[in-house]
Amino acid sequence: DTEANTRLMWVTQIYAVRDTQDKEAFAELFSHFAPRVKSFLMKSGASHDVAEECAQDVMATLWRKAHMFDPAKASVSTWIFTIARNRRIDMLRKQRRPEPEDLPWGPEAEPDQADAMALQEETDQLGQALAQLPEKQRTLIEKAYFGDLSHSEIAAETGLPLGTIKSRIRLALERLRHAMK
Amino acid sequence: MMTTMKQIKHHLTDELLMGYAAGTLPEAFNLVVATHISMCDECRAALAEYEAVGGEVMMSGEPVELSEDSLEATLALIADNAFRKEEAKSAAKTSDIPAPLQDYIGGGLEDVKWRKIGGGVSQMILPTSKDATVRLLKIPGGTAVPDHGHNGTELTLVLKGAFADEEDTFSAGDVEVANEDLQHTPVAAPGEDCICLAATDAPLKFNAFLPRIAQKFVRI
Ligand SMILES: [Zn+2]
Ligand SMILES: [Zn+2]
Repeated sequence: DTEANTRLMWVTQIYAVRDTQDKEAFAELFSHFAPRVKSFLMKSGASHDVAEECAQDVMATLWRKAHMFDPAKASVSTWIFTIARNRRIDMLRKQRRPEPEDLPWGPEAEPDQADAMALQEETDQLGQALAQLPEKQRTLIEKAYFGDLSHSEIAAETGLPLGTIKSRIRLALERLRHAMK
Repeated sequence: MMTTMKQIKHHLTDELLMGYAAGTLPEAFNLVVATHISMCDECRAALAEYEAVGGEVMMSGEPVELSEDSLEATLALIADNAFRKEEAKSAAKTSDIPAPLQDYIGGGLEDVKWRKIGGGVSQMILPTSKDATVRLLKIPGGTAVPDHGHNGTELTLVLKGAFADEEDTFSAGDVEVANEDLQHTPVAAPGEDCICLAATDAPLKFNAFLPRIAQKFVRI
């Protein structure tokens, strides 16, 4: 599957940044992800300029934290999303972000290649399932992530009853989970 | 380091996990979520799924054009000496509570500055953004928190001991999610103190006159 191969290529590019400070690999990651990070931030309410600055910062963080990336725990798109989300909280909301304690791991735990492969493929299936969700369900999920809205704020904005929003989101998430099995 | 919780019965809701993954919860709620996840493998796995959804939502968006010198500016940012390689956080400190909570207390449970708030109950309010508040509560074994309802959402995570209310029993690692529909009188289980981390995004509704007056002074 070519999409899953693309995802494995991103993993390799992050390793190249980590191991040899490879600027070409970084430029490729940059051209793919930075415009999407910027788009995500603008949909979250950031101005063009703030989103640009923030996207640069997110990509610089990718370089700085490349040694912390674990492809058996997250795909590259998931990892970059979490960096962008944290930067958004920090920059737009000026709040600290408490993070869960890391799991204790053994010495020199190199991520298992098969685990990493399986996770990248699963995430790819998830992306496809998201694209195939009925329009109404997908829009609500996007609003919850992009819009900086709680479920009740989505209810106020869309005029749908809160119960409907919650059940649509639940339904959509069930479909997504099913797709990942 | 945390001892692994034997059996957590009460978990975070999907809405809270999704809100935490999306980054839309108040800081006080984030602290309760991060602390529970530090104790709970099940919710940790669920969070990973919600974060993966976030990543795919981000990837499905229409890309926005960057400024012309964007890559150069980023490489300059990386080359900047002030922008150093970040080290992985050192493994958990030796304490009886999870790392995110230690960061807010500035230490372990032994470092908590308890203040009495009446009825034998003590609290310490932790500093967060103003959209919600979070506090540590210490309730002596067998003691009840006055009967109350909720104007918004209340999250109560048990760190030590246990409490029971009209809904169920909650022990270490369990989180109770209460909202407008719930009226309850939590009572600490007999024996050791019950220590909880409790967050609210609206004042509680006390029925008795005395707690209503006390409420003003203790910001519950
Ligand atoms: Zn849990
Ligand atoms: Zn309550």
